[in-house]
Amino acid sequence: MGRKEDNIRKAQTIIHKPRYIRNIGTVAHIDHGKTTLSDSLIAGAGMMSEELAGRQLMLDYDEQEQARGITINAAIASMVHEFEGEQYLINLIDTPGHVDFGGDVTRAMRAIDGAILVVDAVEGVMPQTETVIRQALKERVRPVLFINKVDRLINELRIGPEQMQQRFLRIISEVNRRITEMLPDDLGKEWRVQVEDGSVAFGSALYKWAISVPLMQSSGITFKDIYGYHEEEKLGELSKIAPLHKTVLNMVILHLPDPYAGQKLRIPVIWKGPPDSDLGEAMIGVDENGPVAFVITKIIMDPHAGEVATGRLFSGTIRRGQKLWVVGMPNPERVQTVSMVVGPDRISVEEITAGNVVACVGLKTVVAGSTVATDEDAIPFEQIVHYSEPVVTVAIEAKHTKDLPRLVEVLRTIAKADPSIQMEIDQETGEHLMSGMGELHLEITQYRIVHEHSVDIMASDPIVVYRESVQGGGGPFEGKSPNRHNRFYLEVEPLPTQVMEALQKGEIPSNQRIKDPKGLSRTLVELGMNKKEVRNVVWIQNNNIFLDVTKGIQYLHETIELCKEAFIEAMNRGPLAAEKCMGVRVRLVDAKLHEDSIHRGPAQVIPAARSAIYGAMCEAGRILLEPKQKVVLNLPQDVMGSAIAELQSRRGLIEDISQERDQVVITSKTPVAEMFGFATAIRSATQGRVLWSYENAGLVKIPQELQGEVVGQIRSRKGLKPEPYDATYYAA
Amino acid sequence: MGELVFIGLGLYDERDVTLKGLEEARSCDLLFAEFFTSSLVGTGPRRLSNLYGKKIKVLTREEVEGGDIMVEAAMSRRVGFLVAGDPMAATTHVELRLRAHRAGVSTRVVAGVSALTAVAGALGLQIYKFGRITSIPFREEGFEPLSPYEVVGMNRAAGLHSLVLLDIQEERYMTAGEGMEYLLGCEAELSKGVFLPETAICVVGRLGSSQPLVRADRVGTLLEEDLGTPLHALVIPGKLHFMEVECLSEFAGLPEDLAQSFNP
Repeated sequence: MGRKEDNIRKAQTIIHKPRYIRNIGTVAHIDHGKTTLSDSLIAGAGMMSEELAGRQLMLDYDEQEQARGITINAAIASMVHEFEGEQYLINLIDTPGHVDFGGDVTRAMRAIDGAILVVDAVEGVMPQTETVIRQALKERVRPVLFINKVDRLINELRIGPEQMQQRFLRIISEVNRRITEMLPDDLGKEWRVQVEDGSVAFGSALYKWAISVPLMQSSGITFKDIYGYHEEEKLGELSKIAPLHKTVLNMVILHLPDPYAGQKLRIPVIWKGPPDSDLGEAMIGVDENGPVAFVITKIIMDPHAGEVATGRLFSGTIRRGQKLWVVGMPNPERVQTVSMVVGPDRISVEEITAGNVVACVGLKTVVAGSTVATDEDAIPFEQIVHYSEPVVTVAIEAKHTKDLPRLVEVLRTIAKADPSIQMEIDQETGEHLMSGMGELHLEITQYRIVHEHSVDIMASDPIVVYRESVQGGGGPFEGKSPNRHNRFYLEVEPLPTQVMEALQKGEIPSNQRIKDPKGLSRTLVELGMNKKEVRNVVWIQNNNIFLDVTKGIQYLHETIELCKEAFIEAMNRGPLAAEKCMGVRVRLVDAKLHEDSIHRGPAQVIPAARSAIYGAMCEAGRILLEPKQKVVLNLPQDVMGSAIAELQSRRGLIEDISQERDQVVITSKTPVAEMFGFATAIRSATQGRVLWSYENAGLVKIPQELQGEVVGQIRSRKGLKPEPYDATYYAA
Repeated sequence: MGELVFIGLGLYDERDVTLKGLEEARSCDLLFAEFFTSSLVGTGPRRLSNLYGKKIKVLTREEVEGGDIMVEAAMSRRVGFLVAGDPMAATTHVELRLRAHRAGVSTRVVAGVSALTAVAGALGLQIYKFGRITSIPFREEGFEPLSPYEVVGMNRAAGLHSLVLLDIQEERYMTAGEGMEYLLGCEAELSKGVFLPETAICVVGRLGSSQPLVRADRVGTLLEEDLGTPLHALVIPGKLHFMEVECLSEFAGLPEDLAQSFNP
């Protein structure tokens, strides 16, 4: 029996002993070396050959991942590690670092209790490092820190031991500052990473060595020794006396919570049911005899098995053949297979108990985020909310008309597995519009449609997702029904910033029936809105709020649903460029209605209320918002000039330039619209000597002098007349 | 100098127009018509054309509501606008008249025979005893008003009759049966006892034709009856004068026991 098979056999005995399980993930800014670390850990633990690790990227098993050298899927591997005479099972999720796949990171956090935060010693804490720390802490996932690429400090930057230690301290204090900022006081203090207790390690994932202060003390290795091994090029020896997987996995076992500790802390945050209920107690106690509570965090398409639902089992035992409820679905579903996951392989087992990461086949109706339970009426877990809004769209068509039904099916499956992808059908052209987090995100998804789902498609060039909003207040604006017997008076105004933030974070749900009107009013008042105006919130659509502030208008209750329809239409197709609106507060202040219901049906009311909203928006000053990205370039000084020129030619605002020896870090904010083709351009501007990354930095008002032109382009593309209508048009 | 003349066409077919209406229509330079607020089910535009000796342009709801076509034409010519029933009973046309007037076009109205009086007449109900008129729309998403039921309830509480008109949408005419079902649906929701299967109701249809429908009975009974082709209208009686009871018995087949209940 090989070592891998032996480990799998061992793992199967540990899955029943939560004390000896760690569910963890690796998180980091892109290219800081998560996957290399993960692979080295897996190899070290005997789940793959050591020679391949660091080069094969076992967890980047996807063809696209290997070709592009980045992680796209949050991949899962189970491994066994011995520590102080005991065998531990470590379920490791390797998350993508590329910002386009941030949603995957958010979802992966639901499955784990602890995370190895990887930070590149050369680059330090980067924007996305901060993002992943936030994502982890929000789910109460405890971090330890691994400072990677120390070999580069020594070989490339040639800095001495003193400076190296200072650099480490700076990274550590920056990480800790964010931990204490984002957590309640007590927990923030407790969760800080510390050199002294060994919750920080440093080393090189590529050369497979790592060391921590406790290890230095017990083994007598000094910083000077490390320099020595590098100078003499004896990295193999270094990795024998300070093997990466031992140092890091020991750190994981010592400092990251087991499922008991993890769930006790996490359940109250991610599940809002009563803690003293059967289910609450079973989850907090990781009770394998309790009712099943299983959260789906990822759906993988397997060419043979179909949809494989992977997630975290918080309580109970899942057995092959068992019937479970996907909460919210009308019928129970049968689990066909249960398995552990080892990279691309799934190891089938008869049953898996609480506290583990589990893969199931047979749950047909799950989506990422679903709660699966024994009990039909189980209280579901909190929604897994990923903050970012899509920034680019492509229009997709089947190359052969006969494939259309299949394409529809495939797009449905994709949206189910990746909630960061939004699918819509263009009402005018009938094309499928697929929106995502970036150019790469959409490119990869298109590749999958063609290669994994075998549907030939034609896709448009990527189009930037714009939003419309208003600059100030407008209205009351009178909108007349076509028969002119009904008049509606509406006002618009931008939403207060705090309300907008709560909407974007998903703290206030959008586009769904308002379940708790009183609670919603209370929340809005707390966020600074007027008590009187929020008494009657009719609907929330795409982060816009519709308020009815009228009093005692006869028959209004019969038309308010139609006003709501008008609001939804207006917010889905703004008056400027038929793009979605955001951040608009719409108030119905008065209405004059015809006595008889036939004269105030949908054909009358919807156009009237819609015109009133559009007209009020014209008066308020319509603005177009465009997505921006924070772009960080890391390059040698001599090419800095041409890099800055490149950014500036793309309407980039340089926000910061910092320098260390020969290396310069440029931080800029650049519109997504100008970023197409940036990868090639910056490579040639810098003769290929640049490392760069970006993250989405929200929507910003487009400069006034450009707005007309961009609006014209969007409208022409949509087949509308280039000039938008004005207030006079909507008053007619 | 142009002019816009609203001409009422009456109840059922091309022969329901008044003599004055006929002469007016024949003397117009241009004729428009609409059949969405009401409709002459016994005839069509071609027979009207033959009668008036000129072409008639039938307008859609959007064209009438827009109004520009007629107002512009009437700037320099005499334009007739043909409407079933009495033209100003359809409130939509009041607005058109206002706009034409404000645009400097003189307007006139030639009244026509209207269901609003003909229904009462056919049943023998007294026009003095009617309360507010209401109409029942076809249900649409987000639009299922309960106000028709409420109007009937208020009228009844005041002892008044309720005339209930039924929706017309592109060749689709709501039948008396559909109207009654709608009100029963409202009853199920509001449970005010206004409209039950045993409630007395009058149904008229095809007024102006040679085979008009004139019935009075319980809702449950009339729901089972074949009431024939549209247009239909409903009347929910309030308190009945003894003469009204006699008329309903003689002309509309009001059953004896129901008649008794109105005559204590």
